[in-house]
Amino acid sequence: MADLYQKLVMLLGDDLTVLILGIVLTLGFIQFNSLFLIWLERKVAGHMQLRLGPMEVGPHGIIQTIADGIKLVGKQLITPRYVDKWLFMLAPVIVLMPVPLAFLVLPVHPGVVVLDMNVGILLIFGFSTLNVLTILMAGWGSHNKYSLLGAIRAVAQNIAYESPLLVTVITAVLWARSLNMSAIVDAQDKIWFVFTPWGALAFLIFLISATAETNRAPFDLPEAESELVAGFHTEYSGMRFAMFFLAEYTNMFIVSAVGVTLFLGGWRGPILPGFIWFLLKSYVLVFMFLWFRWTFPRVRFDQLLGFAWKVLLPIALVNLVVTGGAIKLIDLIR
Amino acid sequence: MKNFAFNVFVIITLIPSFWVALSSNIVHAAFSLFFTFFGVAGLYVLLGADFLGVLQVLVYISGILVLIIFGVMMTQRAQMEHISTRLPGRFAGAVLSVLVFGGFMVAVYKTAWPKLTELPEPVPTTSEIGNLLLGKYLIPFEVASVLLLAVLVGAALIVRQSVRKE
Repeated sequence: MADLYQKLVMLLGDDLTVLILGIVLTLGFIQFNSLFLIWLERKVAGHMQLRLGPMEVGPHGIIQTIADGIKLVGKQLITPRYVDKWLFMLAPVIVLMPVPLAFLVLPVHPGVVVLDMNVGILLIFGFSTLNVLTILMAGWGSHNKYSLLGAIRAVAQNIAYESPLLVTVITAVLWARSLNMSAIVDAQDKIWFVFTPWGALAFLIFLISATAETNRAPFDLPEAESELVAGFHTEYSGMRFAMFFLAEYTNMFIVSAVGVTLFLGGWRGPILPGFIWFLLKSYVLVFMFLWFRWTFPRVRFDQLLGFAWKVLLPIALVNLVVTGGAIKLIDLIR
Repeated sequence: MKNFAFNVFVIITLIPSFWVALSSNIVHAAFSLFFTFFGVAGLYVLLGADFLGVLQVLVYISGILVLIIFGVMMTQRAQMEHISTRLPGRFAGAVLSVLVFGGFMVAVYKTAWPKLTELPEPVPTTSEIGNLLLGKYLIPFEVASVLLLAVLVGAALIVRQSVRKE
C-alpha cells in the first residue's frame, strides 16, 4: 500500500494524488453510505411501527439493499414518448455531480481533509443547492403534471429554507471567524458551538431547515406520495431513479456532517480516534432525520412556507445579531 | 496544466452560451446558462479569486439561474412557444453587437495588465474583500443593499396588488 502510494506521488505529484485518492474514497463511501442508510431507514421505520422491517436477505436483512440494487440495475430504463429528451436524461446524471465535491472539504480526522479550502463551507452550500436545479430539470423534462408540481414545490421550499439555513451557517462562521472547515473545528476546542445559548438556537434552526432542504418528512412535499404519486421522479425507472435515491441519502449525510462540523465540534471527542467520532456524530444526526420522518405528519404547503419566512428567518437574523454582540462583549472582557 | 484547465473552462463557458442565444427552445436556453455560469466560476477560481468563484456558484447558479428557469416555466405555454431566433431587427442587432464588442476590445487593449510570466500562488481573498466592502467601498455597498431592499419591497407590492384584485 505505502509502496503504491509512493509511486502515485512520483507520478502525479502530492496534491493530485491526495485529490484522486480522496475522490475514489468518497465515491466508495457514497455507495456504502446509501446502502447502509436505506437499510437503516427501513429498519427504523419498521421498529417504530412495531414491525421488524426487512428480515429475509442476510441476518436482519442487512444485504437487502444490495439485492434491491441488483434489481434496479437489471430494470429497463423507460423513456416516455413526450419527455424533453435532453433534460430528462441529464437530470439523473447531474444530480450526483455536486455530491462528491462537498466531501472533499470536510475535515474527518485531525489534519485529514482532502482540499483545505479557505472558502470550504461556501463551496459545500454552493454545490449542494445545485440539487434544486436537477429537480427542476427532472420535473420539467418528464412532461408530467405531477412531476412539474413536485419540482415547483421543491424550488419554493428550497429557496425559502435556504435563507434561514445560510443565516445560521453565518452565525457559526462568525463564532469561528473563518470560512475554512478545519479552522471552524479548531475554533471549537474549548466549547462546542452548540453549548452556547445562541449556538443552541442556531443549531435548532439549522436542523429544521436542513430537514426541509433535503426534502425529508415532515417537509417532503415535493414527493408527497398521497398527492403527487412520487413528485419529480415519477417518470424515472431503474438506475435513473436509483441515482436520485443515491443523491438524496448522500445529501442527508452531507447535511449531517456539516452540522457536526459547524455546531458539534467536528471530530472532537474523548478516547476514540477522530474519524470515529465524526462518523458517530454524523450518523446520530442522520438517525434524527429518520426519527423525524416517522414521528411527524406532513405539513401543509402554506404552513411550510409561512414557517420559513415568518418564523425561522426572523429568529435566525436576530440570533445572528445577538451572536455578533456576544462576540464583541467576550472580546472586550478579554 | 493551468493552460489546459483554462481552455476547458473557456469551452464550457462558450459553447453553451451559443446555445443560449441560438436555441429556439426557451427552457433549453435557460438550462444552458448553467454550464456558462459554471465555466465562469471555474475561470474565477483559476485566476486566484476563490471567494468570487464560489460566490458565482452560490448566487448565480443556485439563486439567479433557478429563478430565471422558474420564471420561464411559469410563462404561459413556455413549452409550445418556439421563440424565433431570426428577429426582424437583425441589422440593428448586428450594429449593436459590433459596437459592444468593439467597446470591450478597446477596454481590454487600453488597460495596462500586469505582465506575469508565471501565475502567482493564490492568496486568500475573503478577509480582504470583507475589509474593503466595509471600509473603502462602504457607501457603494450600502447603496446596492438599499437598491435590493427597494426591489424586494416593490416585488411584494406588485404581488399584493394582484392578489387584492382577485
